[in-house]
Amino acid sequence: MDFSVVTLEIAVAVLGIVLLATGLLLPSSMKKTNGLIAAAALTGLLLYSFMGSGSANGEFFMGMYSTDSMTLYFKQLFMIAAIFVIIMSLTSTPRFKENGGEYFSIMVFALLGMMVMVSANDFLTLYVGLELMTISFVILTGFDKSSLKSAEAGIKYVLLSAMSSAVLLYGLSLFYGLSGTTGFEGVVTYVQIGSANPMFVVAVIMLLAGLGFKISAVPFHMWSPDIYEGAPTPITAFLATGSKAAAFAVLIRMLTLMLKDNYAVFAGILIMLAVLTMIVGNLIAIPQKNIKRMLAYSSISHAGYILLGLVAFTDLGVSAMLYYIFIYIFANLGAFSSVIALADSTGSDEIEDFRGMWKRSPFITAVLMISLLSMAGIPPAAGFIGKFYLFASIINQGYVWLALLAIGMSVVSVYYYIMVIRVMLAPVPENAEKISIANSHKFVMATAAAVTLFLGIYAAPLTDWTNHVMTAFIR
Amino acid sequence: MTSLNQFPILLIIMLAPVIGSVAVWFAPNGKAVKYIAAFFASVSLVLSILAFVSYDKAMGGMQFIFEIPWIEATGVNLSLGVDGISMPMVLLTAIILFCGVFVSWKLEDRPKEFFFYMLFLVGGVFGVFTSRDLFLLFFFIELAVIPKFILINVWGSKYKEYASMKYTLYLLAGSAVALIGIIAIFMYAADPIKGLGYYTFDIETLAAVKYDLAFQKSAFFMLLIGFGVLVPMFPLHRWTPDGHSAAPTAISMLLAGVIMKLGGYALIRVGIGFFPEGAQFWAPLIAVLATVNAVYIAMVAMVQHDIKYVIANSSISHMGYVLIGIASLNTASIDGAVGQMFAHGIMAALFFALVGNIYDKTHTRELSHFGGLAHQMPRVAAGFLIAGLASLGLPGLFNFVSEFAIFTGAIQVFPVLAIISIFAIVITAIYVLRVVQQTFFGPRDERWDELQDAKGVELIPIVLLSATLFLFGIFPSIIMDMIDSGVATLAEKFVSLKIGGIF
Repeated sequence: MDFSVVTLEIAVAVLGIVLLATGLLLPSSMKKTNGLIAAAALTGLLLYSFMGSGSANGEFFMGMYSTDSMTLYFKQLFMIAAIFVIIMSLTSTPRFKENGGEYFSIMVFALLGMMVMVSANDFLTLYVGLELMTISFVILTGFDKSSLKSAEAGIKYVLLSAMSSAVLLYGLSLFYGLSGTTGFEGVVTYVQIGSANPMFVVAVIMLLAGLGFKISAVPFHMWSPDIYEGAPTPITAFLATGSKAAAFAVLIRMLTLMLKDNYAVFAGILIMLAVLTMIVGNLIAIPQKNIKRMLAYSSISHAGYILLGLVAFTDLGVSAMLYYIFIYIFANLGAFSSVIALADSTGSDEIEDFRGMWKRSPFITAVLMISLLSMAGIPPAAGFIGKFYLFASIINQGYVWLALLAIGMSVVSVYYYIMVIRVMLAPVPENAEKISIANSHKFVMATAAAVTLFLGIYAAPLTDWTNHVMTAFIR
Repeated sequence: MTSLNQFPILLIIMLAPVIGSVAVWFAPNGKAVKYIAAFFASVSLVLSILAFVSYDKAMGGMQFIFEIPWIEATGVNLSLGVDGISMPMVLLTAIILFCGVFVSWKLEDRPKEFFFYMLFLVGGVFGVFTSRDLFLLFFFIELAVIPKFILINVWGSKYKEYASMKYTLYLLAGSAVALIGIIAIFMYAADPIKGLGYYTFDIETLAAVKYDLAFQKSAFFMLLIGFGVLVPMFPLHRWTPDGHSAAPTAISMLLAGVIMKLGGYALIRVGIGFFPEGAQFWAPLIAVLATVNAVYIAMVAMVQHDIKYVIANSSISHMGYVLIGIASLNTASIDGAVGQMFAHGIMAALFFALVGNIYDKTHTRELSHFGGLAHQMPRVAAGFLIAGLASLGLPGLFNFVSEFAIFTGAIQVFPVLAIISIFAIVITAIYVLRVVQQTFFGPRDERWDELQDAKGVELIPIVLLSATLFLFGIFPSIIMDMIDSGVATLAEKFVSLKIGGIF
């Protein structure tokens, strides 16, 4: 067995265990150090992943685990998200009292779960990775024991994700029953033999429902607003970026590797999911008063846009998805870190509390504005080009009505994004205090905004990167 | 001449306001902000005049070309250049930016941010007019939307929140439709059988592709809706009166002077440039709507009580002439349409500058509150009269030249509609003279005896804008020959397809 294929995963697992130990050993006044160790180690791994031979195609454990250009791309994205979320968390750990040390360790295990998921080439590996991620997230969601909302969110997440896992498992077991193996290739062979069985369609639906929960596609989205609002904000950011990207990665891989010949079976379902997700997500985001809930609905609607790439089901579409997910992660990191910066200072996360922000903190205003404009798809923020690629990919496949709907919904979304911008630019209320931002937040916010702006103006590097990932990705 | 062709003059014209906006951001609050803004605005203005003067009309075509690859994978190039159609638009933008800075010279409320957004916005507008790349053109149109929203929302007057949101949603909905059209063009051209077989956004290359008729019809319609919102074309115009009136003075000048022209420009450059047959198919519809624009909205302007609403509605009415010129699809009419965009831009900016000047001093814009202001403000009254006479098409001012060209062209193609639209000029005369009479003429009103006439920097916009109207009104060939050299390229397509009239 070629262990070089799983170097990254082994390193992340070791890091998780080391953090667990250091979390116990370090005195409670030094909980932050644990986070710094995690961030530094992951940054090292990220750099290593860019230099190393990880981009080569490889297999491990008799084909149950595989790596290629796309898995590497996603793993790098997960690591980037994890690093930033860890840095964002540095100011919230003191609130977690005696358990602070475990926090970063569990976060690293969630990251490991994502990395395993995306490399899975077999139902069992997939399920192990998925559950590792989910259970870690359940713990993290309920981590703030002093907050009732956080505990409630944890319970909700455990119940609902258990149900979605059950649906997914049921679908996977149907695939197993039909094809007789747990590997992705087995299903391909089964389809090519051509024994059409209605049970196959049921299995596909179950699979899409299970993963639809993780990407919070409507009608499987009910969990996300409550959990996004209740969870500690860095964890919300990690759910919105890492967890969603991981589920999309699995979706892309299962559809392009395992179900590549079954476009006709799932196209209709995907279109329906995308349409519902875009409409419901955007419309319900409008009346939200809490910015975390608003971002939750906005993240639902983004799942709808990203699904369009799979509706197109071409190289163009998938590379547009890869592009969009990257940009989406940075926009969300920028937005959530701004929210945390405000909450650290005032203890509130209502949209109304951003009033007069232009004077109280021009920095938060600028970063949040750039992030929201990126989500709204307005230049010079990067979201514009991301949406352009996605819409181009479906128009290319002839879905003009769908593009019209998507762009129309994107216009609707501008309304609620600029409502926040409007509040931030309004005159300063009398009792408003100045906001002080921790350096760690400043770092995350500045990086996220810089990346979003840079890619919005000069999109070539990321376009080339995602196109390269797609050309190297063999189906 | 050749040395100027190697100097990236358009890039500097475009980037000067953007750099200016960054400089403003880091400047200390106070007077410095305004001097920085004025400096970068004059850089753009001086270079625009230089480019305008040294543009080679005899040669025609795209000049001052600047090109570097931007996103090679999708065929996007940062490619700039101007021809006879876009050069006057660049000059127009530079003039209005320059005047806008001086109109806002006394702004006290958050000047730093105001100039930041204003300069940023104008950078985007320059981008639209200088792009030779369809992606960039659309990118820059979108870029202008949000600064505008913020400028109206924060610094506007009456109903600013309503107006800014309405403006933004209208424009974004319009550009959403245009975006579909643009992506469709891009994909059609990339098709190996029907099109070129590779990705490109280069406007000249895309214009040379043979699009089939059904595609021309549907794509042109999408562009018409999309850019029609910007122009604005009749049923899509509802954002304009509120937006123009609520905006702060300098921004009203930019909105009416430049932003509306983005729509007309894009319609000419992309709409009829790419799809002559599609344009021909929809031309009767455009002509009818344009007539409604010109006549009906002029009537709407007649019954307004707020001076700014009169001017805003008159802008829509005048853009109706531009649309008639575009719909007639011949050289004379399109020459006139481009000329009218320039003339109206200058004239509307002058109007808004003067109304803003009065409003700043009196804090009212109600027509019934005024009377005999010419006694206290003779200079403002003179400027207003010049703008008013330009508006009703008096010979000697540039508006006359372009309206004449539009109707010469239009009457051959849509005789009835052209004659109806000409009557809009009469209605214009009614509402313009009514405003002039009720505001400036009549007996001295003692309530306004404290008012100061325009002086110092306030005079810069009034003099510059009036002088421009006279200069091109008396020597129209300076600009019309240039426009004609740009339109001629488009006209070749119509001649070969036997569309439009003679000329």
